[in-house]
Amino acid sequence: MHEHDVIVVGAGGAGLRAAIAAQEAGADVAIVSKLHPVRSHTGAAEGGINAALRDADSWEDHAYDTMKGSDYLGDAPAVEALCQESPEEVIQLEHWGMPFSREEDGRVSQRPFGGLSFPRTTYAGAETGHQMLHTMYEQVVKRGITVYDEWHVMDLAVTDEEDPAERTCHGVVAYDIQSGEISGFRAENGVILATGGMGQVFDHTTNAVANTGDGVAMAYRAGVPMEDMEFIQFHPTTLPSTGVLISEGVRGEGGILYNEDGERFMFEHGYANNDGELASRDVVSRAELTEVNEGRGIEDEYVHLDMRHLGEERILDRLENILHLAEDFEGADGLTEPMPVKPGQHYAMGGIETNEFGETVIGGLYAAGECACASVHGANRLGGNALPELIVFGKRAGRHAAGEEMGEAEVTTGKQGDWEPADYEFEIEVGEVGGQGPAAADGGAVATDPDGVLEAEVERAKSRVEELLSRKGRNHAEIRSKVQETMTANVNVFREEGRLAETLGDLREAREAYKDVAVSDPSRTFNTDLIHTMETRNILDIAEALTMGALAREEFRGAHWRKEHQERKDENWLKHTLISWNDGEPELWYKPTILEGENKTYEPKNRSY
Amino acid sequence: MSTQTPTQTEESSETDAEADVPSKGDERRDEKRRRAAEERARRQAEEAEKAAADEETIELKVFRYDPEIEGKQEPRFDTFHVPFTKGMTVLDALMYSRDTYDSSLTFRHSCRQAVCGSDAMFVNGGQKLACKTQISDLEEPIRVEPLPHADVRKDLVVDLEHFYDQMEAVEPYFQTNEYPDGELEEQRQTRENREKIKMSTRCIWCSACMSSCNIAAGDNEYLGPAAINKAYRFAMDEREGEDIKQQRLEIIEQEHGVWRCQTQFSCTEVCPKDIPLTEHIQELKREAVKNNLKFW
Repeated sequence: MHEHDVIVVGAGGAGLRAAIAAQEAGADVAIVSKLHPVRSHTGAAEGGINAALRDADSWEDHAYDTMKGSDYLGDAPAVEALCQESPEEVIQLEHWGMPFSREEDGRVSQRPFGGLSFPRTTYAGAETGHQMLHTMYEQVVKRGITVYDEWHVMDLAVTDEEDPAERTCHGVVAYDIQSGEISGFRAENGVILATGGMGQVFDHTTNAVANTGDGVAMAYRAGVPMEDMEFIQFHPTTLPSTGVLISEGVRGEGGILYNEDGERFMFEHGYANNDGELASRDVVSRAELTEVNEGRGIEDEYVHLDMRHLGEERILDRLENILHLAEDFEGADGLTEPMPVKPGQHYAMGGIETNEFGETVIGGLYAAGECACASVHGANRLGGNALPELIVFGKRAGRHAAGEEMGEAEVTTGKQGDWEPADYEFEIEVGEVGGQGPAAADGGAVATDPDGVLEAEVERAKSRVEELLSRKGRNHAEIRSKVQETMTANVNVFREEGRLAETLGDLREAREAYKDVAVSDPSRTFNTDLIHTMETRNILDIAEALTMGALAREEFRGAHWRKEHQERKDENWLKHTLISWNDGEPELWYKPTILEGENKTYEPKNRSY
Repeated sequence: MSTQTPTQTEESSETDAEADVPSKGDERRDEKRRRAAEERARRQAEEAEKAAADEETIELKVFRYDPEIEGKQEPRFDTFHVPFTKGMTVLDALMYSRDTYDSSLTFRHSCRQAVCGSDAMFVNGGQKLACKTQISDLEEPIRVEPLPHADVRKDLVVDLEHFYDQMEAVEPYFQTNEYPDGELEEQRQTRENREKIKMSTRCIWCSACMSSCNIAAGDNEYLGPAAINKAYRFAMDEREGEDIKQQRLEIIEQEHGVWRCQTQFSCTEVCPKDIPLTEHIQELKREAVKNNLKFW
């Protein structure tokens, strides 16, 4: 068994920042990650980091833009924390040597991004995430922070009280990919989940193969609700054949979208008469797919993104990485031809329910970054707001877990205050196949002393692996690809009731098929078959919750478009969707959105760009 | 599709029994391996048939090794026939082979877009990132092997510990004694200086360069091109200041540092991010000479 004060699960931007902060606050901290830190998907982020750094800008404007972008589903205390603290965090990265793009006077460059009232997106070419990830890993090396890399965290060690709010997390159980060893990691103070995105729930995604939502699913099974899972961002500019991301920076620098007829459709077809290509991402993705559906797409699939008019010098200076990506993954030369693009799954606005310090309803369990939902993005995330979320909330969670006093949270977790049960009846059975298992089977253990809880969880993990390796059964790959196909076909940009309900049926079949899953590679050495099989379970839990949330939310808000419900319905739906696992019987409930900020209330307005 | 609950129950009781009598488990595992081998042979025969029928398949010969699995302890090559689709990369073909024919086929991969640096391999005799290597650019049959000059863990996965140790040996983090006064004030850096270090900051730690380097192959303590490039990234960054630069030049001038490089350019040729590694090493040699003259 390994013992530390704070265990951070995941080594992308949020995890690294959390670890640094916890260590600075005096904690003995260790990172456990299924990938070596520099392999994390933060490295694929391109466009930039929003921060109100200049005199003509203000955190208040950034907060206003973010609340509007969220379609008024962000929680103001979290949004304001993001916008207030992003500037100091960006300067901190600069002081750690991050190679930002520069202005003539030597200060860091900023550029316009979608949905922003000021050009406040700070960037390093079109490879901002790569530079940020490496800069923070350098600090982890400098500080000698322990990293257990290529250790896959299987589950949390949580006590099994009836009410999740009374449970405590004492550590995690992880599988050493290199050797097959299963070990407990005891966390004296806290566990911080920073496991990133869940794009592998879909098959056309900008996310990495490793982005299987592990942290979200394990927190869910341990009793933390998933929040706002139906809000998925489909990025408007991904390469059609692979899903590789083409940064919003291209449009920020002046890139233009054209349909097959050569029309600048964002204006000519009235999707966003003011901001055009720089409308919010949900607006642009819907516009592109509408063009394709109405027969004006190229090869009935995609549209063109043209940046040739920016000129070679500017492109090489600010967007060079885009030229390489378009060339290597689509065979298009961005200097001489328009690039084919279409919407692709990019980001999960929802995730593990947390407050603005990253605390979940379970004692000692935190979450930060894309896997968490504080909520700063609400129904739609603005471009350039993901990277500041990683560093602001990574740092907050790290400090809090290390024991720093940070005051009272305004965002609630669990069933406190004005929560309400949902009155939606699902026609398809959801949750664990075969009904409720023993309480201990889904993240809780019967023992109550911390070491006992962890040991019981280790034993359970060992028998699970032993069973998967020794029994006969079907391979997970087919199940995973069926889930990805049905999610991409039916729970995409445009959503209809009938198809959402059908998807819930498909997912039920997939859950049943998963009961028979087995790993055919018997090796203990680098058994990726085993790792992927365990990930597929996580994908199933997330896909189901996402679809449940999408079916029940009968309105159109942000990225969630419903054919039968073409309006935002503030009187009924200014509230967050929450889904609790309840030991295998998912329960849907709601809690109100917090629109009251420090000095003002963000009144919901008509959202036009 | 049925849930097959009865089979399920039977299997779990078998697992219980196995815990009590371990030898039974071993027997079953052996049996399972035999079955897996038979299954593999059958699939390969099927593949070969399919390949003959369809011109649009490609032939992939993949290195296989697993230290603990009978039949894989002796390294061998397995042949996979993969239906070709436009734009297919070596990584796509490997994933197809794994998901369709043999789920034990093992390789590292994550981002699929040449930024995580996980999938550097030896493809048709050269160090490549599998995700950005187009099948259509390669001669068939395509030979896929683990990176040379590193210990193979399993199939295409190599041990990167030594590579990471070398990367971390050059104080790979920003250091300065000259922060600006204002609380929210950034350090200034000229556009020229940012441009100068830009290529060096693009390293994705894939270790293709280290694998290609003859010197690193012969001298295990040689820092290697990637680590020296990391040192270059900081030594040339004007924000660090002169005194830190001195410190950095001492590190790269050590016995197994820059002077080992014999400018064969193999690292530069294989770098998937087009970093001019050899030039960077040469420039550091010049800096070191200038520096030594200064104190002479």
